[in-house]
Amino acid sequence: MANKAQQTRAAIRFRGRSFLATVLAPELPLDEWLAELDKLAGRSQGYFASRPVILDVTGLAITKRDFTDLIETLFKREIKVMGVEGADPSWLGFGMPPSVSGGKQTEILHKPSAEPPKQQGFVERTIPSLLIEQPVRSGQSIIFPQGDVTVLGSVASGAEIIAGNSVHIYGTLRGRAIAGSTGNAAARIFCQKFEAELIAIDGLYQTADEIDPSFRGRAVQAWLANDKMNMAALA
Amino acid sequence: MSQVLVVTSGKGGVGKTTSTAAIGAALAMNGNKVAVVDFDVGLRNLDLVMGAERRVVYDLINVVQGEAKLQQALIRDKRLDTLFLLPASQTRDKDALTSEGVARVMDELREHFDWIVCDSPAGIERGAMLAMRHADVAVVVTNPEVSSVRDSDRIIGMLDAKTAKAERGEYMEKHLLLTRYDAARAERGQMLKVDDVLEILSIPLLGIIPESEAVLNASNVGCPVTLVDGDSAPAKAYIDAARRLEGEEIPMVVPMERRGLMSKLFGRRAA
Ligand SMILES: Nc1ncnc2c1ncn2[C@@H]1O[C@H](COP(=O)(O)OP(=O)(O)OP(=O)(O)O)[C@@H](O)[C@H]1O
Ligand SMILES: [Mg+2]
Repeated sequence: MANKAQQTRAAIRFRGRSFLATVLAPELPLDEWLAELDKLAGRSQGYFASRPVILDVTGLAITKRDFTDLIETLFKREIKVMGVEGADPSWLGFGMPPSVSGGKQTEILHKPSAEPPKQQGFVERTIPSLLIEQPVRSGQSIIFPQGDVTVLGSVASGAEIIAGNSVHIYGTLRGRAIAGSTGNAAARIFCQKFEAELIAIDGLYQTADEIDPSFRGRAVQAWLANDKMNMAALA
Repeated sequence: MSQVLVVTSGKGGVGKTTSTAAIGAALAMNGNKVAVVDFDVGLRNLDLVMGAERRVVYDLINVVQGEAKLQQALIRDKRLDTLFLLPASQTRDKDALTSEGVARVMDELREHFDWIVCDSPAGIERGAMLAMRHADVAVVVTNPEVSSVRDSDRIIGMLDAKTAKAERGEYMEKHLLLTRYDAARAERGQMLKVDDVLEILSIPLLGIIPESEAVLNASNVGCPVTLVDGDSAPAKAYIDAARRLEGEEIPMVVPMERRGLMSKLFGRRAA
């Protein structure tokens, strides 16, 4: 029984796939903001048509009613909200988009154009690595599908790093590190002090309970070989 | 130059309101003109801890909504005439705190006070965000246990991202206040060590406030602990913390259990 369960478990992989989403942060009064939005949408037809949109209502003094109305008005404008940030959880019942948080700021350049937008509307970044000089705090997630992530400080319990390639942490890893998120089995995880809650490479993950406790508190690296997680202390 | 200080934590019941009153009073005793502001709409406590609950007429929401002037809502402390309270509303809906309204009130407070100390509600919802929004400096109140530390870590992340100062690209000054520190339990290894908390949160330490009956006694008589019992251990720790906020350098005292220390000394002597 236990064996069977383990087999099924091993077959599940969760691949972090990150998508760029346009974040709309409405301002009060809402009708003025909508008018402004219509102006923008008017300048480039179908700008929002095939774009994932996150609605950020953090700190906005609106009621549940205003909120549902807003989602509806946006829908009528062909803006389909795939997630909501900063809303009262009680607003997000059945039929409402799920709540999201901890997105990472990225520039999405908007060039107004008369022509219909090409499918690839986002600016491709070619930076192969991302350097984070501050500690990564609980609740934050750093998502960088383009390559390596290097963190000079610690990654807190409840924080996560998701990198398309390797993850390097020069402080303590207490949260999650997910390397090779875009399907790169050669990615590795390095950290100065290992106290992780979870690590994953190319979708293959291990929770703290499954990891040899002798690695706790040490400088370690993790990599995949034959689809198995390997770990070793760094000298 | 006036300073807006937010006292925040993420986790509830760790000592934010106690600390707001104690630090506010300590700053006022040092000759500053101080306003303590209760942002905990619906669960206001600061008026009780300050002993002003029977003098509340108007509150923060009235001022934010333009229903009362700031001067009408501010309550002057009976013991210290440089200390004022701007109470929260116990009855109104917290949605009545609009972000423009709060910004306007904070600007007005800055014109009149040296220090504006904001008591944040627990959590990471709107109320807590509004309380930290206009702060120049933050005191993160943390108890030496894992859930409080993790919640503080979360709040520190938000201080660095969601405050007006952070959005202007400026550095948000943050200090750790370790409260309800129980020396006896620390000695038995039943609490996180000070160093471990500091290592996890990696922000500078403002003070360590011991768990003490003096705090309960003070809140029972409705007076900040620094005003009612200035010689008690928590009051001394709060007074030092306030002076550090003003930029003074004062050596840190880690609370120790006197009995434990004595028995150790005697134990050795007898051996
Ligand atoms: N140093 C201390 N020693 C003993 N008791 C304390 C100490 N600090 C706070 N307390 C007690 O802990 C309780 C919670 O404190 P307080 O109300 O200040 O916390 P809070 O963080 O403001 O809570 P909330 O999140 O509900 O607003 C109170 O009963 C208070 O008297
Ligand atoms: Mg409180």
